[in-house]
Amino acid sequence: MVVGLVVTLALAFVFLMAGAMLELGPAAIDLRAPVAAHLADSGVSHPVTAVLLNYRGYDTLLEIAVLLLALLAILAVVGESPASPSHAAHPVLQTLGRLATPLMIVVATYLLWAGAFRPGGAFQAGAVLAAAAVLLHLVGLLPGWSTPGLRLRIGLAAGFALFLAVAAALLTQGSLLQYPPAAAGALILLIESGLTVSLALILAGLFLFLSREEGA
Amino acid sequence: MTLAFDFLLALSLLWSGWRTLAAPRLDRAIVLFIVFGLLMSLAWARLSAPDIGLAEAAIGAGLTGALLLDAYGVLRRRRAEP
Repeated sequence: MVVGLVVTLALAFVFLMAGAMLELGPAAIDLRAPVAAHLADSGVSHPVTAVLLNYRGYDTLLEIAVLLLALLAILAVVGESPASPSHAAHPVLQTLGRLATPLMIVVATYLLWAGAFRPGGAFQAGAVLAAAAVLLHLVGLLPGWSTPGLRLRIGLAAGFALFLAVAAALLTQGSLLQYPPAAAGALILLIESGLTVSLALILAGLFLFLSREEGA
Repeated sequence: MTLAFDFLLALSLLWSGWRTLAAPRLDRAIVLFIVFGLLMSLAWARLSAPDIGLAEAAIGAGLTGALLLDAYGVLRRRRAEP
């Protein structure tokens, strides 16, 4: 009885949602034309990268800040404990990890470079690099991280700091993160490279900092 | 032909989503979640949003899947210890 009622209500909701989807009108604001019109000045030829790093660069700036903050929160929660020694996996898995890691680094570099003119970019490249680190950790070749040293701290904050520095240096241009068109391509590549390194370390850190307390 | 593919993709998305939630074993649920993520990235690619598809494959399926698998491993080891 109750089950029948729930199923009926759920089905009614599904049909209502499907009906609402079918009646969706065209978007009230269409930004495709302005994006395409200013693509030449943005320094990149892929519209998604242009939006993420040029037109709405401050969104990306805040995004990397949020990720850094999330990692800091994890570090604060986990506290100080020695890294647990990783247990070695099967030799076949270790060999696979050794083979896959260089390929993943090449893919990440390609994704970073390709972001300027086709799908790709810093976030995807950073995620692939982080996945390589996680893979190495899972097969026992990379121990979990303990309290971060100076180099790791610099690496974690480098992307955000670099982005902030570029934003601060460009404040004289008029508005926040308004690149001069001639230097936009190089600046975006610089920011994306910094973002890739920091994102890889942050995403890998979400994994490697947490994995150390499993022995406790 | 493409319509059939899209229809199949939508169906398998719903199916894998349901199976992920309904799977009685955690390890199976995690693997099905990864499958769901990969199908989702295919769907994004079909919706001509390859950027989101790439991010979904790398972060949604890859990194989150690995995190869940690791958490499962820790849970199993803890259960075996006492």
